[in-house]
Amino acid sequence: MILDTAAEFDVRAYLRPEMMPHFLCPGCGHGIALRALLWAIHDLKIDKDRLAVVSGIGCAGRLSAYIDANTFHVTHGRSLAYATGLALARPDLHVVVITGDGDCLAIGGNHLIHACRRNLKLTCLMLNNEVYGMTGGQVSPTTSKSMLTTTTPLGNQEPHFDACALASAAGAGFVGREVTHHVPKLKELIKAGLEHPGFAFVEVLSDCTEIFGRKNDMGSSPEMIMRQTSKIRPSAYSNTVDTPFRPNNLPTGILTKNDRPEYGAAYRRATAERAGAS
Amino acid sequence: MNAVDTALTGKGAVKLVSGNHACALGAVDAGCRFFAGYPITPSSEIAERLSRRLPEVGGVFVQMEDEIASMAAVIGASMGGVKAMTATSGPGFSLKQENLGYAAGAEIPCVIVNVMRGGPSTGMPTRPSQADVMQARWGSHGDYPIIVLAPASVAEIYSETIRAFDLAEQCRTPVVLLYDQVIAQLSETVALSGAARQSATRSWASGPRGDYKPYGGGDIPAMARPGDGYRVHTTGLTHSESGFPTQNPEAVTRNLSRLLTKLERHRDLIDSWETHGCDDADVVVVAIGISARAARRAVETCRSQGLKVGLFRPITLWPFPETALREAAAGARAVLVPEMNNGQLRLEVERVLGGTTVEGLHLFSGEAIAPADIAACAAALAREAS
Repeated sequence: MILDTAAEFDVRAYLRPEMMPHFLCPGCGHGIALRALLWAIHDLKIDKDRLAVVSGIGCAGRLSAYIDANTFHVTHGRSLAYATGLALARPDLHVVVITGDGDCLAIGGNHLIHACRRNLKLTCLMLNNEVYGMTGGQVSPTTSKSMLTTTTPLGNQEPHFDACALASAAGAGFVGREVTHHVPKLKELIKAGLEHPGFAFVEVLSDCTEIFGRKNDMGSSPEMIMRQTSKIRPSAYSNTVDTPFRPNNLPTGILTKNDRPEYGAAYRRATAERAGAS
Repeated sequence: MNAVDTALTGKGAVKLVSGNHACALGAVDAGCRFFAGYPITPSSEIAERLSRRLPEVGGVFVQMEDEIASMAAVIGASMGGVKAMTATSGPGFSLKQENLGYAAGAEIPCVIVNVMRGGPSTGMPTRPSQADVMQARWGSHGDYPIIVLAPASVAEIYSETIRAFDLAEQCRTPVVLLYDQVIAQLSETVALSGAARQSATRSWASGPRGDYKPYGGGDIPAMARPGDGYRVHTTGLTHSESGFPTQNPEAVTRNLSRLLTKLERHRDLIDSWETHGCDDADVVVVAIGISARAARRAVETCRSQGLKVGLFRPITLWPFPETALREAAAGARAVLVPEMNNGQLRLEVERVLGGTTVEGLHLFSGEAIAPADIAACAAALAREAS
């Protein structure tokens, strides 16, 4: 039963009350993703003192400030690189990265592919809302075809990145995707990512209602959530919501899982062996 | 480190090493236990040395995907409480500026080595230069303080690397070690005495969590180590004493005022310079790095001709030792600044000395400035002055 801790989980125990009210727009999916992350942390009984959250720039990047942990809000796109240094220097910490689609795939794309390849134990949560929300709604590497943004006034003609396929191809030990519509499933996926011994990449399909949704006339927040994928639309909504705005049937759940050696442990083992040999 | 290295790292051991090797030795002796870097000429030997040595002392070496990432990883490691450094050269130093600004603003100790080479752009990778004097001070956006040390010999690279780590910890700031390709790859003898000394340690938060303010409580606030129970927020946004982002004009001004003046209030720790024959000098030569060594020879040449020429050599380049220079040049009629760029150090000397005649001897051909050329310029100025 994946809902079994829902009753006991109090998100406030993991938040910083002094940072409330938060600055997310009404209907933004990022709050749902944050709740799912904290729920997963609760389920795994991760000590807040040993939890380090590193985030980049953008709406997703601001989430670290709300978490009652050791939090680092760093530079645009570089959160995985900061987290790599932190996790290598402090293997006793549980390091989580929160990033967005622009932060992770555009300016931070090089760091992502090498973090996947290196397979250092980190959990990377990429909140994909298909747009640069904080800067006012520009096109991102995951914006779907034909969508309107402030920099694609004629509709986006660039193909979008499939972030999970990219992460898998680059060698990530754990890759998964979930939608904010399914909070318990999202929580379970993040939990599996947190438990994975190597690099875990979790893409969360989140919605930017106020900027991206409004620009594309996608309806209210619940309507946008219902349009996250065609698979998850309840029949009750089939008459009120048009086709999914994202590419049809993006696979969700755990998409890649392997037991490639975790980098930090491999490095420390090689070091110990060398010390033993000399 | 090979057997010969190990045998010679005892107290007071004297060793013939290159500048870059001395830097690696100094880093380990200073307590550096994390290095992240990216290959670039002419600094790669530092990374190569430390990739072997750090694991032997319980440290970590990682070659990152680019210069930006290596600077970020260094800051990440330091935020975790480990003394960390990176090394690069001109174009790589440009790429590091983004995160270097973060370290300055969030006050994260770290050491960045920049072995200068000719520029602009890719320039002359294997040729010496001193063209990053200003980039080292002003390379990242916004107002921020930074310490830049400019050693002039292999022995000084060793001792200044150690001092760089100490200052980074004591002042909670990034420290740049700036030197040129000549001394980076020159081999000289060094007395390896640093391992026996007590290195500076960071001031860590202690006491009740509720009383702790990440950016409050003095010029240089204590840092909270992850795992110690403080659970603080670190950000590149302007922040208040609490560490959380703020755009409140008063809070922003209060924190930035402290940040921008903190090094000035610790000049006694930071300032370092050397003078030769400035007391009676008609002409004072101001130079750093290999140019200062050529200038030293030029001063001797001039003195042997009866000309009153002295040398002022900043060892701490930034913050610039302005009071010391004003004193050294108080009686001088003219100042000469020989440097391997188009006049960067000269600009600062002009600013500090206002009114005094400041001449430059600028060479950006990828060659070091010869002592004879400095001597000829200094002698001409001295004859005009007398």
